[in-house]
Amino acid sequence: MLFHPATFAPQLRCNRRMITVRKLVKRFGPKTVLRGLDFEVESGEFVALLGPNGAGKTTFLRILASLSRPAMGEVQIAGFFLPGQASSVRRRLGVVSHLPLLYGDLTAEENLRFYGRMYAVPDLPPRITEVLEMVGLAARRRDLVRTFSRGMQQRLAIGRAVLHDPDVMLFDEPHTGLDQDASVMLDTVLQEVAARGRTVVMTSHDLARTADLASRFDVLSRGKIVASVQRDDMESTNNLLAFYRQAVEEA
Amino acid sequence: MKRKSQIANFFRALWAVVWKDLSAEWRSRELLTAMLVFALLVILIFNFALELDARARASVTSGVLWVTFAFAGTLGLNRSMATEKDRGCLDGLLLAPVDRSAIYFGKAIGNLVFMFVVEVIVLPIYSVLYNINLFRPGLLLVILLGSIGYVAVGTLLSTMAVQARTRDILLPILLFPLVVPIMIAAVKASGGFLQDLPWIEVSTWINLLIVYDVIFVAVAFMLFDFVVEE
Amino acid sequence: MESKPRFLSILDSITAILFVVAVVMVFFYAPLERTMGAVQKVFYFHVATAWVGMLGFMVAAVVGILYLVKNERKYDIAGLAAIEISLVFFFIAIILGSIWARPVWNTWWTWDPRLTTATIVELIYAAYMMLRQGIEDPDRRARFGAVYAILGFLSVPLTFISIRLLRTIHPVVVGNSDPSGEGSFSMTGPMKTTFFYSLFVFSVIFVDLFWHRVRMGKLAAKVEELRLKVSA
Repeated sequence: MLFHPATFAPQLRCNRRMITVRKLVKRFGPKTVLRGLDFEVESGEFVALLGPNGAGKTTFLRILASLSRPAMGEVQIAGFFLPGQASSVRRRLGVVSHLPLLYGDLTAEENLRFYGRMYAVPDLPPRITEVLEMVGLAARRRDLVRTFSRGMQQRLAIGRAVLHDPDVMLFDEPHTGLDQDASVMLDTVLQEVAARGRTVVMTSHDLARTADLASRFDVLSRGKIVASVQRDDMESTNNLLAFYRQAVEEA
Repeated sequence: MKRKSQIANFFRALWAVVWKDLSAEWRSRELLTAMLVFALLVILIFNFALELDARARASVTSGVLWVTFAFAGTLGLNRSMATEKDRGCLDGLLLAPVDRSAIYFGKAIGNLVFMFVVEVIVLPIYSVLYNINLFRPGLLLVILLGSIGYVAVGTLLSTMAVQARTRDILLPILLFPLVVPIMIAAVKASGGFLQDLPWIEVSTWINLLIVYDVIFVAVAFMLFDFVVEE
Repeated sequence: MESKPRFLSILDSITAILFVVAVVMVFFYAPLERTMGAVQKVFYFHVATAWVGMLGFMVAAVVGILYLVKNERKYDIAGLAAIEISLVFFFIAIILGSIWARPVWNTWWTWDPRLTTATIVELIYAAYMMLRQGIEDPDRRARFGAVYAILGFLSVPLTFISIRLLRTIHPVVVGNSDPSGEGSFSMTGPMKTTFFYSLFVFSVIFVDLFWHRVRMGKLAAKVEELRLKVSA
């Protein structure tokens, strides 16, 4: 298995199955959103989940995040099953959605302190400083999150998600509502997160953004993974668009 | 050993939720200000509506107080849950590896504290306005018991209400018919203490409040999982 | 298309016959009550409809628990069916109670514990319907509905007890509320027979309507499913 250099994982975390999903079915009332989805991620991979709107990307990610229960099928993350061992899975997960999941009336530092306590992070104060520096918000640690721009909130949201040093990170459309500069800054942080050998699954409908980040591209359409390609198997990232279009049309 | 650390985890998470709510409120004071101003307005309106003269006051005070607490309480409950929903924070809480009941009790204790603060401020103001001493141990006991039951049900229902399309209007409609027993018992017990009735006449109501509190704290705690988990 | 089960058609006819017999019994078999006269005959159906109302709410709470445990859609359909039927029957019971109260207590409305509790219960389940209407996601609607049905049913006895205490402990009461006071009477043999027969008939009516409503709910779910299949 080949890895993009930026996401190359340390030996220990390498080549271990991190996420296994088998025959996943999710229904909303009479509507079936996921129809027998199979999905596997090796430790250290950075997978971009692409797909048209309404394909079930967010639903799938919410199931991986243990926020939603599947109707049928098996989900295993880091060796633990969902929903039975949800607590063990949650400890190893970091989730960033298009909402920041932060409290506007608390400062950046207080937000991290709160989540740190919820995750029982040991030695919290130095860890908070470390994370704030990583996401470039050390100077504004004592400012209310309410006063932050959208981009800063999103970076703090990533800080919140990595605070407890999770093995697996899930990103649900993290670029939504960000301008160009904020997106570029976010990408830097995302790359740094991935470079530490973490497993990342990110949904997006923005092909250009994900092309430089991910090591593998999966296309989700009509509730199933219809195609998958390794970044290294493509001659150039320009081929990604062609690959994506073909996959969606065939589905 | 494992059990012990689980219990420690539970209380750490519970305390984290309470601390978070209290420090956010300490910063903005939005919720408490709104609850207080609203409570005072309700009392003022009652003053005109009921012509609260000295004779009428003795018998209607407990009714006015509890209607005020109930109205101000819904305001607080709604707001406290809305902040969880606005930036997706409810998901943030659920992503944490903590027992859901720690989240429920954390939110409920936070709500209870807000309710107590409002009550503690309203009581002396009412006492001064209408020249009636409301600081009696019996009355404080009733307020404690009544608020616990009210908040136990209210926290659960507000969690449901904020997830509905009609979230702004839904909470009082869901909550008020269910807390009728609390309202009756609390009004009668408060009235009893204010009129210095013997304990025997009040104890039935106190017992009813205790029964309600025990049942609904237990049931709300068991049902909370189903309200937040998908 | 699933056709109507044969036993359901038979039950429809049986229910209709039983109901006609009940009406005949109320008017011709049960004797006229001495002091209240003809209006007392309201009593048989008043109690029977109220009984069906409570039965439905109990059913809703039980299937609510079942839904939360098993997470199967049929329990949600059953819960909604039970509450819809009960809302109507409880409403009839309150109206009949009012009709009875008019000549007996000389007022359309009294704050009698049972009547007041019935009204609050009616409001609880009206709130249940509003809760359901406010939620789009069918699974969430079902879960919240089940939770509220359980809470509502638990609060009913406490509400009744508190109102009862309110009316008996307090000496100054407006209107008559003493249950053994004016308006009470002792039942003679034929009255008892008519009374219990009415309870039985209305229980059968409930079962029949419940079956119809659950069947309708299931068909509606199927229609929705097919519609999605066509549009997909």
